Amino acid sequence: MRHIYAILNQIMAINRDAVKYTADLARIELSDKELGHFTGQLDKILAYVDKLSSLDVAKLDPTSHVLEIKNVYREDVVKASLPAADVVKNAPSKENNLFKVPKIIDIEA
Amino acid sequence: MELNTLTCHNLIDLLYKKTISPIDICNSIIDRIEKTEKRLNALAHFDKEKALERCKSLKKGPGQGSLWGIPIFIKDNICVKNEMTTCSSNILQGFNPPYNATVIEKLISLDAVLMGKTNMDEFAFGSSTETSCYGPTRNPWDLDRIPGGSSGGSAAAVAADEAIFALGSDTGGSIRQPASLCGVVGLKPTYGRVSRYGLIAFASSLDQIGPITKDVEDAAILLKAIAGHDEMDSTSADVPVSDYVSGIKKGIKGLKIGIPKEYFIEGMDQEVKDSIKSAIKKLESLGAVCEDMSLAHTEYAVSVYYLVATAEASSNLARFDGVQYGMRAEGIKSIIDMYKKTRREGFGDEAKRRIILGTFALSSGYYDAYYLKALKVRTLIKRDFDEAFKKFDVIVTPTSPTPAFKIGEKISDPLTMYLSDIFTISANLAGIPGISIPCGFTKNHLPIGLQILGKPFDEETVLRVAYNYEQNTEWHKQKPNFTNGAMHHL
Repeated sequence: MRHIYAILNQIMAINRDAVKYTADLARIELSDKELGHFTGQLDKILAYVDKLSSLDVAKLDPTSHVLEIKNVYREDVVKASLPAADVVKNAPSKENNLFKVPKIIDIEA
Repeated sequence: MELNTLTCHNLIDLLYKKTISPIDICNSIIDRIEKTEKRLNALAHFDKEKALERCKSLKKGPGQGSLWGIPIFIKDNICVKNEMTTCSSNILQGFNPPYNATVIEKLISLDAVLMGKTNMDEFAFGSSTETSCYGPTRNPWDLDRIPGGSSGGSAAAVAADEAIFALGSDTGGSIRQPASLCGVVGLKPTYGRVSRYGLIAFASSLDQIGPITKDVEDAAILLKAIAGHDEMDSTSADVPVSDYVSGIKKGIKGLKIGIPKEYFIEGMDQEVKDSIKSAIKKLESLGAVCEDMSLAHTEYAVSVYYLVATAEASSNLARFDGVQYGMRAEGIKSIIDMYKKTRREGFGDEAKRRIILGTFALSSGYYDAYYLKALKVRTLIKRDFDEAFKKFDVIVTPTSPTPAFKIGEKISDPLTMYLSDIFTISANLAGIPGISIPCGFTKNHLPIGLQILGKPFDEETVLRVAYNYEQNTEWHKQKPNFTNGAMHHL
């Protein structure tokens, strides 16, 4: 069993491309220097957390939350909300109480 | 008498006798800050005129709210309406929340005086307060050392008497570890005890707001002030809030205390170990029954935490994208370009590292191997505590394996930094309450902290054990003397 995990671990070790791909998913641009730097550090962290592989967890339920709360219901009543001007006041760019962002769909294309 | 050096319960007595006024306290705090803040850098945002104005606008008292006229500092990740709230991050520069966190509403309703915001690791990502965009906070016991983190600003301000008390937040030890390293009291309540509404989320299943204070009685007062169910936070628990202050004064005779062997590891500081052993003897002399026991899965806690916490963080921090608040990068070509450049410029190294690690742990192909596996091992860690609390009333451990380390010592090696949370993380994963109280000093006069962990929603017993120990020792009365000391690394 240990042997299988050792092989899996080799496959899972993170490399530069994986870090670049993941940073793209997270919408963070990285410089070449950062990419090299982070790859080494993340590889070391992942090697450390691999100690979890030694545990057999097949029969365990995951704990995503410690409380015994399944769902929280409330009466469906309309309550006062923040004024729109307050909600957008911190936006770097806004217009008519709306958030303003660069064009998303290019009509020309 | 210098009012800034007193505790909240001292000040309440004086205010009731009308020998002092809220303005006197406020002025004493301002004087202290003007003298010491240049050396400490404990505060992220502080405007003395505003603080005085708040003080002057208090209703006439005493006899108003239970915290009438008491000044309080707030960690910079807790929203205060129309006050800069930045999580010590560049990406949130200029953010003035349009609403108050529930804990802030509670403090205002009790007539406490909001003084300002304390420095922290960026988005609470760190154990040293070095990742702040405002620069590191210094430890008042040795200005070349870190105060711990991420609530390092709150702990340093309280230790240095710039604050009477402060709020921090604790995701993996961010209240307890800096309290330990600065020689003050820090309490992480049970998950769900205090509303998280208005706390800028780091890891939603682990975060809790809690007090950082000069003594245990103040921690009880402040917990009572902020605890309770809140319909604005669906994970806040509907469990009655005790009168913690009257509860702490009972004795601890016959109380069963577990000492987990996994918390006395090789490589930990010998002076820390010795102090904890003496503290255990002291608890025994007060009538508690201490017994060695085991929390078998302790060694997996750091691994579980850095997968679960970063996964949740990567999701929570997706909202910082240059659209709704904070900064937006200049010279952008498209919306994706805007996200990427804003996040590149706005986040510091540790934030980027954690977001990428968390995104990786959640990504297709790795989810089962990392994130799901970590959640399953979290079950084992929680079970260890469930079992232990069938037999023991509280568990006592060191808060941190070492005293405060040097500024710069661990910042370039994330894994080493992560391991400094090794004794505090399990409480967050299991959702249980924990406190750190002063229990000694190294020969270099660096504070050492004792951690007391309790059953879910049994803060009362945790505080009671802490109070009994504290009242029979002198550690909490020691004050750092740093105003004339040499300071390097400037």
